[in-house]
Amino acid sequence: MSPLLTDTALVFGRYARQTLRSRLQMLFGVLMPLLYLVFFGPLLTRLPLAAPGSSWQVLVPGLLLQLALFGASFCGFGIIVEKQYGVVERMRVTPVSRLALLLGRVLRDALLFVFQAVLLVLAALVMGLRAPLGGILAGFAFVAVLAAALASLSYALAMRVRLPQEFGPVINAVTMPSMLLSGLMLPMALAPGWLDALSHVMPLRYLVDAVRAAFTGDYGSPAVLRGALVAAGFTALAMALGARAFRRAAA
Amino acid sequence: MPALSTSGLARTFMTKNGPVEAVRGIDLTVERGEILGFLGPNGAGKTTTLRMLTTLLAPTGGSATVAGRDLIRDPAGVRLATGYVAQSGGVDPHLSVHEELVTQGRLYRLTKHRARERAEELADALGLTGLLARRTATLSGGQRRRLDLAMGLTHRPQVLFLDEPTTGLDPGSRADLWELVRTLRDTEGTTVLLTTHYLDEADALADRLVIVDRGVVAAEGTPDALKRTHAGSPGASLQDAFLAVTGRTPAPRDTAPLAV
Ligand SMILES: Nc1ncnc2c1ncn2[C@@H]1O[C@H](COP(=O)(O)OP(=O)(O)O)[C@@H](O)[C@H]1O
Ligand SMILES: [Mg+2]
Repeated sequence: MSPLLTDTALVFGRYARQTLRSRLQMLFGVLMPLLYLVFFGPLLTRLPLAAPGSSWQVLVPGLLLQLALFGASFCGFGIIVEKQYGVVERMRVTPVSRLALLLGRVLRDALLFVFQAVLLVLAALVMGLRAPLGGILAGFAFVAVLAAALASLSYALAMRVRLPQEFGPVINAVTMPSMLLSGLMLPMALAPGWLDALSHVMPLRYLVDAVRAAFTGDYGSPAVLRGALVAAGFTALAMALGARAFRRAAA
Repeated sequence: MPALSTSGLARTFMTKNGPVEAVRGIDLTVERGEILGFLGPNGAGKTTTLRMLTTLLAPTGGSATVAGRDLIRDPAGVRLATGYVAQSGGVDPHLSVHEELVTQGRLYRLTKHRARERAEELADALGLTGLLARRTATLSGGQRRRLDLAMGLTHRPQVLFLDEPTTGLDPGSRADLWELVRTLRDTEGTTVLLTTHYLDEADALADRLVIVDRGVVAAEGTPDALKRTHAGSPGASLQDAFLAVTGRTPAPRDTAPLAV
């Protein structure tokens, strides 16, 4: 195996073990989307949502991406704490691949949020969601990619700040508008023209449209292709920024 | 060839309040097997110099050769040949001593089997054997520092950098650490560059001292030579010499935020 792969596996193993040890933290991220599912979902069942499929096929894709959005954006907190312990510099003086320091962590994050997404979909099935398996799997794939991209950006920012207090406000200022402006809760087809137009600057908008189309089995829809392309581009950019942060010195 | 040499090594930080010239041009030569004490008041640029020499921080000027490898052209080679124990250490408080030692071995690309063996060897050499299963958060100050040292020795580095290895330790633990450093030099021929605020430590442990002030080397020589040249006589205290060179006393920075 190449050093990059072994190093990534090593870093992944370290952080995956830490995650497995804190069961509560593993489940915590599902709580908010679950509340939306149970207390907000039923309000939509008889509303016209200007979208094909049942209201669950509209809501659950949004909740899946919401889970990744709010979960992965905060991943950087962990590395701020590790920087304070000196763990990051201790690793950066070893020959370990700098890219692996990022990839190992991001891989753990992607798997964690896909695990949470599975739990959420199971709950949604109980609530009344019916969707093709292929669409649901596509949804998980988008969760994985979005989580990886956002975690990578989160680490890139966290490597630059010294204190958690400098980090939290920035993340909050980004995540809330992202959620509102990308139509995660309700389709932007319901929005007035200006809001719909504005939402097109949010990469997340294309991802949620893609997952909603996949959930109705419309795999050939241009929305799916657009979503995949935007996700790929966004992830490439996020990974590049994350990798640079681990190559350069931390603040 | 010396174990380490630098020429005009410099680092300027760009901050919101303008540039900070942390290190303004350090010229150093350290012979193989030498223990060099790197002294200077708070903020003199000691940690910044060490972070450059361990590839953590890119210099903004000058050059250096560490263990025969060029710092800028061959950072990977420098990493393999050097060990670093940071001012604040570098272990995760939630993990066990064993887990951290083995991970460190793996980061240095030892096989799983070899990494476990090496963890045992290091624990043995540094008096950590009974502590392998303990979470690092539960170690005493002296035990923690011995673990930090073990982590830095994983790959038998030719050159070892220790940043304030004994700050905050009780006298017994400090003496233990001195003994470990001497043994390392005597048995492995390791070159050691260590910073300290304790002048008695520098006097007792170091073969040669370098005093840095405001990012440049202000004086260097054996402890006796420094006392003679800067404080008037070999019988004078190192404290007097330090004061004469820098105009300040080397107060330990126990209240400083953790190094990041
Ligand atoms: N990352 C950084 N950004 C900005 N200034 C820094 C940074 N690291 C160190 N400095 C500044 O550089 C100077 C030297 O710091 P340092 O090398 O830590 O000194 P020492 O270890 O000798 O006490 C100090 O003025 C310090 O505030
Ligand atoms: Mg320092």
